Amino acid sequence: MGNKPKISVRTACLITACAFVFYGFTRGEAVTVLNKAVNICLECIGLG
Amino acid sequence: MKISYAIKRKLLQIIALGCSNAHVLNFKDGRLYTGKWKQFCNPGLNCYSCPAAGFACPIGALQAVNGSMRFSFSFYVMGLLLAFGTLLGRAVCGWLCPFGLLQELIHKIPSPKLHLKKVFLYPKYIILVVFVFILPVAVTDYMGMGKPAFCQYICPAGTLEGGLFLLAAHESLRRAVGTLFSLKMAILILTVIGCVFIYRFFCRVFCPLGAIYGLFNRISIFHLEVDSNRCTGCGKCRKVCGMEVDPVKNPDSAECIRCGACADACPTGAVCLTCKTKASQTE
Repeated sequence: MGNKPKISVRTACLITACAFVFYGFTRGEAVTVLNKAVNICLECIGLG
Repeated sequence: MKISYAIKRKLLQIIALGCSNAHVLNFKDGRLYTGKWKQFCNPGLNCYSCPAAGFACPIGALQAVNGSMRFSFSFYVMGLLLAFGTLLGRAVCGWLCPFGLLQELIHKIPSPKLHLKKVFLYPKYIILVVFVFILPVAVTDYMGMGKPAFCQYICPAGTLEGGLFLLAAHESLRRAVGTLFSLKMAILILTVIGCVFIYRFFCRVFCPLGAIYGLFNRISIFHLEVDSNRCTGCGKCRKVCGMEVDPVKNPDSAECIRCGACADACPTGAVCLTCKTKASQTE
């Protein structure tokens, strides 16, 4: 891939990433992540 | 004096390990950190059930949201992974992943070092699709909640960082140990043995996070640059590469973790890690 298309793809990816994070955050996904992460995950430690 | 990539990388790996696991006092009584920072994902693989962990594991978070009652796709976690991948590609694995550092330390145990056949580079993509994306959404309970299949059946980081420390601290958890824990311990032991003989065995064969970041190596801003005018074709870069990549032929290989060993080994300075794009190619 040449550098010009590469820069365009990078820019598109970063804009999409920001949009995804913003949308996910506003619809409450971060709260779901927080709730999972602050409790012992029995599956993760091999008990669930 | 020029500082080698090896030293810079080791320093950053240690700093990243410290930042990812800052709450070390929690090991004493087996508590988890429960602050707001845990809604943010660590770039590398680091179990959020580790008592010291200050951030969420991105693979665990992805499965938790995908398998939740409210959502079946996590824009939030995918957005973070997209950003980390575009900025750094698999440099996250090489420079920021705590489990990657651990694998490298294990590999320092004196033993015969083996090569990994190419066919073993593919299971991580299957694991990513099946265990991270499909099973948490497709296999649900009566409430519509899926389980984090990768964490449950495979992840040795969870067994090591979370399982062993929490079991040591809690009698009630020790009483619940069963077949599943035995399976996960077997995978952890296999991983440790694999890492003794093969450089970053888990990273290359099983890690779904490495599979995601590898896809971004072709476009990542932090990348490997090879100056063909200065390259003499001596092959030293290929010989020192732990990931068994040829940086001259394929500098954007999905397996390259941007460790910089090739750049350190290059006698003519033809290989370097950079964020700059060649001006001559932008036209």
